[in-house]
Amino acid sequence: MNRLLKIFISLPFLMLAFSPLNAALTIEISEGTEGALPIAVVPFDTSKVASQLSEDIAQIVTNDLNRSGVLTVLSRNSLPATPYYSHEVKYPAWRAAGQDYLVVGRAMEKTTGQYEIQFQLLDVLKQKQLIGYSLQTTKRKLRASAHDISDLIYQKITGIRGAFNTRIAYIRAQRNQGRKYILQVADTDGFNAQTVLESDEPLMSPSWSPDGDSLAYVSFENRRPEIFIQHLSTAKRSKVSGFKGINSAPSWSPNGEFLALVLSKDGGPDIYLMNVESKRLTRLTRHRGIDTEPVWSGDGQSIIFTSDRSGSPQIYEVAATGGKPRRITFEGQYNSAASISPDGKYIAMVHGEAGQFKIAQMELDTGNLTVLTDSTLDESPSFAPNGKMVLYASTRGDNGVLYAVSVDGRGKHKLSDQTGDIREPVWGPYKRKQ
Amino acid sequence: MKSFNVRHKFLFLCITGLFITGCQTGSDEIIEDSTTVDGVDQSQLGGFGGSDLTALEDGSDGSAIAFGDETDSPQAMLDKADSTLSNRVIYFQFDSAKVSEESLNTLEEHGSFIASNGNVSVRLEGHSDERGSREYNIALGDRRAQSVRRILMFQGASVDQLETISYGEEQPAMSGHTDDAWSKNRRVELVYQVN
Repeated sequence: MNRLLKIFISLPFLMLAFSPLNAALTIEISEGTEGALPIAVVPFDTSKVASQLSEDIAQIVTNDLNRSGVLTVLSRNSLPATPYYSHEVKYPAWRAAGQDYLVVGRAMEKTTGQYEIQFQLLDVLKQKQLIGYSLQTTKRKLRASAHDISDLIYQKITGIRGAFNTRIAYIRAQRNQGRKYILQVADTDGFNAQTVLESDEPLMSPSWSPDGDSLAYVSFENRRPEIFIQHLSTAKRSKVSGFKGINSAPSWSPNGEFLALVLSKDGGPDIYLMNVESKRLTRLTRHRGIDTEPVWSGDGQSIIFTSDRSGSPQIYEVAATGGKPRRITFEGQYNSAASISPDGKYIAMVHGEAGQFKIAQMELDTGNLTVLTDSTLDESPSFAPNGKMVLYASTRGDNGVLYAVSVDGRGKHKLSDQTGDIREPVWGPYKRKQ
Repeated sequence: MKSFNVRHKFLFLCITGLFITGCQTGSDEIIEDSTTVDGVDQSQLGGFGGSDLTALEDGSDGSAIAFGDETDSPQAMLDKADSTLSNRVIYFQFDSAKVSEESLNTLEEHGSFIASNGNVSVRLEGHSDERGSREYNIALGDRRAQSVRRILMFQGASVDQLETISYGEEQPAMSGHTDDAWSKNRRVELVYQVN
């Protein structure tokens, strides 16, 4: 049985890599954040850093917090002062500037390339510190540490765990100099993009393992769709499904033991579960129509998928042990590609109505549907691990672009890029504590 | 060759008929939409069983026989410009795998040609437009390829000669976000190989 697992493939036209790519995604705030809480983030003191600090910590934090839709950061030009410590803060000036919160901090170089970063989050109205932390970090991990700071601030103010220091995976397509498909992972702000796999044939449907160490995906490298699993840090990969017909839409179970996937080997596209270790298959749905795009509920008890058994694509739910699927979407002609919120209360999906395809969120208990986006060709929604944002792909000109929208619809930002056509974003899990 | 094809058609119809009946009575699933069976409209199947078959028996459908009579090699026939065989792209409506009447005629000729030339194989590449979700579009492209495959087999093409694959929306024939581009991208391409 393990023999199957060990079929490691390496083909000349495939470039396996895990190397930084120069073309970073850049962020652009595209919609205002009405009702967001005002916060000021003062540039950190770097006078105790011998060499120039390679990252602007305060700027990274500013961008993160602005993206959340919950907070709105005061422009740098409008800062009434530039304190680095809480004892330097004159609160009335910040109150006059209309701020509820203030962040101050400093970086110190301990040895070459080793830093200590201290920051304090202050409550302007109560004139006191809410949290203060010291982080030990390195040159290479500066951005990650900045995202950690954003997470701590976000959690203190909202009571919800931040998801800024997580990663996203997506597919980048290149059309110039021959068609290329590139599977990449990046930080949630689009920086630190790293190539996982490059191919001349389509790559699709990345899915994170729950530990964040591996990706499952579909590759057409053998001129047909097959499912692979690839470990990110070792780049070791193996083909796990190459049956006759469709092998697609892999989705990892929350405990990491199973992949839900779509196979057409026994007829129409149906949902199967594969034990990742033994490769043993269990057929979950059996219908002449299309069943696809399975995703797991957070407790691993059920699978939500797309089916056209009613005549047009709609979302259904079936127990992971099998049984009769239950239809759960009724509003709109076209509902597909569901993502389940981590608390299991909502799904985000592609919602087609009158020829326009937007991202909508539906509360499962009530069936209440909220359309979150306003363009016409949106797809591939994916919840952040804290359930507060949805990442998705849209279209601008000839290119696919990634956006994230807060689930209350207040904040929306675009991850843009000069060199390609980006699609199928999927938000990774929380990083394990190190 | 002609009688072989006709018998094949009858056989296929019987099998398809059984399949439809089986679906409607034997399955646990509730059939909520009975207008299509595996992407082929039932009324189309009815059409095959009716006038089309009669026409063949009358000998008025000469195309299938003509292939056998030609001295041209399969490659030469495929290379012939402006022939029905040179038309190798079948188009579809949005979210549909139903083959139009017009395309049916084209596919019947392809099917007869494939049936008459055992050394020919065809890769049926299904595609969709960019709208909706990507994995659903993979499944939709597959259904389109299967619809075409079924019609070709109906004409006597054998399983071994036909391969299907779906690219979904991954490889559009035409870029752009217009009705025109979308209609050109909802397609099945017949990619011939003469062995």
